[in-house]
Amino acid sequence: MALHFELVTPAKLVLSEDVYMVVVPGEEGEFGVLEGHAPFMSTIRDGAVQVYRTAGGQPEEIKVRGGFAEVGVNGLTVLAEHVEG
Amino acid sequence: MASLKELKGRINSVKSTQKITKAKQMVAAAKLRKAQAAAEAARPYAERLASVMGSLASRITVSESSPKLLAGTGSDQRHLLVVVNTDKGLCGGLNSNIVKAAIAKAKVLIAEGKKVEFFLVGKKGRAPIRRNFPDAIVGHFDTSDVRQPGYEEAEKIAAELVSMYEAGKFDVAHLVYATFKSALAQDPTEQQIMPVPTPEAAPAVATGGAIVEYEPDEEAILAELLPRYLKTQIFGALLEISASEQGASMTAMDNATRNAGELIQKLTIQYNRSRQAAITTELVEIIAGAEAL
Repeated sequence: MALHFELVTPAKLVLSEDVYMVVVPGEEGEFGVLEGHAPFMSTIRDGAVQVYRTAGGQPEEIKVRGGFAEVGVNGLTVLAEHVEG
Repeated sequence: MASLKELKGRINSVKSTQKITKAKQMVAAAKLRKAQAAAEAARPYAERLASVMGSLASRITVSESSPKLLAGTGSDQRHLLVVVNTDKGLCGGLNSNIVKAAIAKAKVLIAEGKKVEFFLVGKKGRAPIRRNFPDAIVGHFDTSDVRQPGYEEAEKIAAELVSMYEAGKFDVAHLVYATFKSALAQDPTEQQIMPVPTPEAAPAVATGGAIVEYEPDEEAILAELLPRYLKTQIFGALLEISASEQGASMTAMDNATRNAGELIQKLTIQYNRSRQAAITTELVEIIAGAEAL
């Protein structure tokens, strides 16, 4: 089972794939999203989104600035204004 | 009747014009593909944002305490028209159509007794709007120093508009630009951007009917989203206008190339006729001279 994760900026769809877990830097603290998370929405502060492709693997870090995260039945969507690296 | 030399000169000059228009047409065709791809790439973000805005807005009642960007200033006397034009010409009637739409909108508003001001993006709208409304231009944003107006420009424009809005310079803002339909058709479009019109509440399918948790609360998220939504709208307009510019340019240059071809044909026929007439005259003269001997 996997979590569908999408990272979208105004200019393009940066990432759309199935991953194990994503840790998002929320406005009120970091939170990890696994498959089957309850519907949830949060603004995010500038920081790194950590993408764990496999359980226990090394995370890939993507720096984002300004945006928000939304968890629905379709998985996790992060809308960010800027993505670095 | 023009002399042979003059005709030849004209044919050559039309030929070189045709070369230029043809080159511009091909450049526009290549750029159009890029602009279209950019417009398509921007769609997922705009759609997501609109659906989130919709579901948020349906949960909140607009009141005195809601953000100004949503609730408005409480009056609708002063309108600002944000007109997005291109920076370069050679794109047929595109800019004049946009300006026409903006002026028509302004006249409607003025007839209703409202005050209208303009904020111009892009170079080409300035002269015609200044001619019609000499004192109504409050500002313009230059996009000519970047190759392709992108999200950064949209951010700057939005920031400027928001600061003007918060300083109480206007009550309602409309965005006027051209929507790209095809290379042949670009429709001038007008839409209200400030205060942000409440998007249609999306059906709660995306959440599976479950209750969504918000962090911080709905109002705080909405307050953060509103300026972002505005930026996205302006960014969308910039993308549409650049696709429209290339499409219109391609069509206009195609026509110009064809017209040049027709003109060359006509001139060539005229050139050949005059040449033949000159030869005939010469022959007649020689024969007449020989007979006289």
